Amino acid sequence: MAENQSAVTGRFPVKRGLAEMLSGGVIMDVVTPEQAKVAEDAGAVAVMALERVPADIRRDGGVARMSDPEMIDGIIAAVSIPVMAKARIGHFVEAQILQSLGVDFIDESEVLTPADEAHHIDKFAFDAPFVCGATNLGEALRRISEGAAMIRSKGEAGTGNIVEAVRHLRSILGDIRRVGQADSAELFDWAKRLQAPLPLVQELAESGSLPVPLFCAGGIATPADAAMAMQLGAEAVFVGSGIFKSDDPAPRARAIVEATTHFRDPAILAKVSRGLGAPMTGIGMDDVNERYAERGW
Amino acid sequence: MSVPRLGVLALQGAAPAHMRALSSIGCPSAPVRVPDDLDGLDGLIIPGGESTTMSMLLESSGVLEPLQQAVDNGLGVFGTCAGMILASTTIEDGRDDQHALGIMDLTVQRNGYGRQRDSFEVDIDVDGHTFHAVFIRAPRIVSMGADVAVVAHYGSDPVLVREGRHLMASFHPELTGDTRIHEIFVAGLQDSRMQGG
Repeated sequence: MAENQSAVTGRFPVKRGLAEMLSGGVIMDVVTPEQAKVAEDAGAVAVMALERVPADIRRDGGVARMSDPEMIDGIIAAVSIPVMAKARIGHFVEAQILQSLGVDFIDESEVLTPADEAHHIDKFAFDAPFVCGATNLGEALRRISEGAAMIRSKGEAGTGNIVEAVRHLRSILGDIRRVGQADSAELFDWAKRLQAPLPLVQELAESGSLPVPLFCAGGIATPADAAMAMQLGAEAVFVGSGIFKSDDPAPRARAIVEATTHFRDPAILAKVSRGLGAPMTGIGMDDVNERYAERGW
Repeated sequence: MSVPRLGVLALQGAAPAHMRALSSIGCPSAPVRVPDDLDGLDGLIIPGGESTTMSMLLESSGVLEPLQQAVDNGLGVFGTCAGMILASTTIEDGRDDQHALGIMDLTVQRNGYGRQRDSFEVDIDVDGHTFHAVFIRAPRIVSMGADVAVVAHYGSDPVLVREGRHLMASFHPELTGDTRIHEIFVAGLQDSRMQGG
């Protein structure tokens, strides 16, 4: 027996570790315990509790906030898989409340109305792990420097349009490849241009990947969209409005789960894409009234 | 002794971390997503992840039955966290439709140490040496068959157990860069091949 078996909680290895365990999976937005059950039945690795899906936030306008704790309790009670929930950017008290509810992962999310126009949450001050959105490598590294244990490319939530998610993934992964080619003197310039801490840039150049998992969010509506994000290099996907704003959520949810696993197998992708009914209608970027991806600093 | 042919079940979860750990001890491995990927394997790692998701995908991918046949024909299995849940005989607090493959005679309680806020790190003793173990929403071994041997404890709970060529851990040896437990699994496969097992 080891002499000293004193356990510690809330350190970075267990935060990053949970993010790793979600790899290759689908995290689904849900607004009720019933939707959470549908998501779990379909094979979701986690559910994201929020008060309205992004498509409804976009339609209704107004200030979007953390969900009612009663709803979050109901979702936690309804499923056995991890439960995530969203706090507004910079709203550390919403995050404190979510942590006290026992939420497994907190999303400091641009889909909600920002609470602070200069500061993100100091995520090292929490035992719960955080995921944050990013549109480019500099933004991703700044969030990691604040303690994020997972990064998701932002895309444009509530549009059912994959184009922004593709732009953000290509930007992040393309710059990771470029930093990997830089010599040690060029890394100083990269840190300056990315507005990111030099040690993180140097670590990235050495390892060739972010120090936390990179997932994709914002606009995934079909199994093919999920597989494209995975082929581009995302390690897992978030699906928001794409499931519960479609004609028939349960089979679509399950098809997206299978597509995320078999993302390089076109025959399986064709099979799971059959007969799913209409996806969410979606909107073109020229018709998007407000770009959530521009929130965050 | 030649290097055993290894696969890592890659339906969902931390398969890449296991593949990196195996590669760093000189054992290349291949991801397993469809039945053909099991052909010719000596050992398979079932990684951590979400056991309910993996159970569903084992069925939809058609891997479930070929995997059970391969185990009957001598495939050695190393299950970590969710992988141990899938490999057990009885699952407590799981879903009713969740598969228990019965690879090792274990009863496990899913999330037996609590939610993420209870996830922890602790030093455990493995063969007289300290191993830094990371437990994430980890399963607890509630009971085990007479032929299962305990390799490591946390408190009074067994957390690393073996039976023949199979090895199960409630924690995540793939996350810390310490490859000794992967080496134990590979050595066990080589022993059982030498014995013609």
